[in-house]
Amino acid sequence: MEVFEKTGQPKIIETKQKKHELPPGLWVKCKQCGEMLFAKELANNLKVCTHCDYHFGMSAPERIAMLADEGTFEETDADLVSVDKLGFTGVASYTDRLKAYQRQTGLNDAVVTGFCKLNGHPVSLAVMDFSFLGASMGSVVGEKITRAIEAATEREIPVVIVSTSGGARMYEGILSLMQMAKTSGALARHAQERLLFISILTHPTTAGVMASFASLGDIILAEPKALIGFAGPRVIKETTQQELPEGFQTSEFLLDHGLIDAIVHRKQLKPTVGKLLDYLGNRRFTTRKNN
Amino acid sequence: MKWFTLDFEKPILELEEALRALRKQSEEQKIDLSSQITQIEQKLEALRKDIFEHLTPWQRVQLARHPRRPYMLDYLQRIATDFIELHGDRRYADDRAIVGGLATIGPHRVMVVGHQKGRDTKENLMRNFGSAHPEGYRKALRLMQLAEKFRLPIVTFIDTPGAYPGVGAEERHIAESIAVNLREMMVLRTPIIAIVIGEGGSGGALGIGVADRLLILENAYYSVISPEGCAAILWKDRANAAQAAAALKLTAKDLLDLNIVDEVIPEPLGGAHKDYDVTAANLKKALLKHLDRLLDLDEAELLEQRYKKYRKIGEFARSTPRKRRMAARPEAAPAPTES
Ligand SMILES: [Zn+2]
Repeated sequence: MEVFEKTGQPKIIETKQKKHELPPGLWVKCKQCGEMLFAKELANNLKVCTHCDYHFGMSAPERIAMLADEGTFEETDADLVSVDKLGFTGVASYTDRLKAYQRQTGLNDAVVTGFCKLNGHPVSLAVMDFSFLGASMGSVVGEKITRAIEAATEREIPVVIVSTSGGARMYEGILSLMQMAKTSGALARHAQERLLFISILTHPTTAGVMASFASLGDIILAEPKALIGFAGPRVIKETTQQELPEGFQTSEFLLDHGLIDAIVHRKQLKPTVGKLLDYLGNRRFTTRKNN
Repeated sequence: MKWFTLDFEKPILELEEALRALRKQSEEQKIDLSSQITQIEQKLEALRKDIFEHLTPWQRVQLARHPRRPYMLDYLQRIATDFIELHGDRRYADDRAIVGGLATIGPHRVMVVGHQKGRDTKENLMRNFGSAHPEGYRKALRLMQLAEKFRLPIVTFIDTPGAYPGVGAEERHIAESIAVNLREMMVLRTPIIAIVIGEGGSGGALGIGVADRLLILENAYYSVISPEGCAAILWKDRANAAQAAAALKLTAKDLLDLNIVDEVIPEPLGGAHKDYDVTAANLKKALLKHLDRLLDLDEAELLEQRYKKYRKIGEFARSTPRKRRMAARPEAAPAPTES
């Protein structure tokens, strides 16, 4: 799995993950339209540019605050942390990198999971955070997502996963590759119980995460202009020696090719997911009616 | 086929050449050179052992990619008494990078599915160097579901540098084709054995690789990313591929130590390409052994074991929970960042 690299994508999309957080009250320049935005106003607008609708990146806690009904989110498995099983000997040690990202993000790893209500519906929610090592999937991400799915199967409730990822986590080698099978297998059992999985794709979602659970939603939604694909655009360009079509691997490209259900503006995301849950989220009610 | 040797194979080839010359001389000139011949034979044996018992991970990757290495159809020729190839995904195309069909191996009728590389340029164009498109994965699933319906065990052969990174592959959703296979293979109600015979290139390998038993040839590799790709990202230079190959723990032995593979199938000294027949016989023996065991399990047990096999993969620890900002509402959220 190629870990997503910060090259070759449409320039309208942000390429840099946060290196530092600006103190509140400052102005922020929009990556798309260049407008200077008042930071607090941007935050109040779900981090969507008030001028051009550009969707800034969001942390997992911010997304949870946006999606979960107020005061209902109970986090699970917050204490799971990655270990350097391979003793990865490279330019930088894996352990050091983990520590740095933990300090930087305040997260233990690249996904936050838990139970909450969404427009009154109980759901198992998992949200990935790109600022933690490119939200690459190692053992912890795979395990937490698998547990979130299994818990949903156990409780007979839907699972909602907000994805973003550069792919599998190289530092954990084959163990990270196998998380693709583990998470997809858990979804197979969830699906066998006729339970709903809503997959929400955000910028960017690629490689190993895209080639496993993120593509397996009963419903797949994407935020506007997100980069979504299997191989990175640079790799495709180098391999094929071809110019890539305009808008290649964006949400809009995927919609045009019939690969996702809908593109949803961030402000419409919670109401849309809520409506989908109204339709599809209550298996027991539906089965009773059908039988 | 053109002669091809890897750098570390060269000293052996030179000695082999010298041995041939000596034998020829002895024969043609009718002189007794047996003591010299024996001496070189011993030297050759020692050199072979020295080189092939101390292969670096990167050398094994090179062996796994050796252009003379046996491919899926070479094995099938040797281990199957019958084979009917079945083509196409019934949706878009027949992807020749993945071959599938009905085969008889020993006493068993099975469905075989596997990556197939080409032996020369022309064949490689047809086979796309063993890099499958979505059609390949969808053909594989179609055939595997056919096998489930008619209660045939499934044997898959993994040998790919990776799924194809191309525009068409993305347009037809390569990611989804792999993801669906992962989900469906987990619940197929028939035994599945996967064998890594050459390159186990990440998601493209796993896409036909979810199985009850995972076997691997001694000099094959299986990795989350190619050593070159890993080196390009972590070392910023593909030339560090050898270091990346070592760091990734991708050899058969590493994978056995990590409890990812169930058995390593031995290759002849010098690698599988030195003796197709011996390698195929070893593969067949291991395959039949595991197949017999799996056929003894009832369906529920088989599926439960398969689920658990993957469920337990992963290494992590618990820490004291750190201070979180979970309760943050958007208005209280940290200021927007450069993200
Ligand atoms: Zn803007």
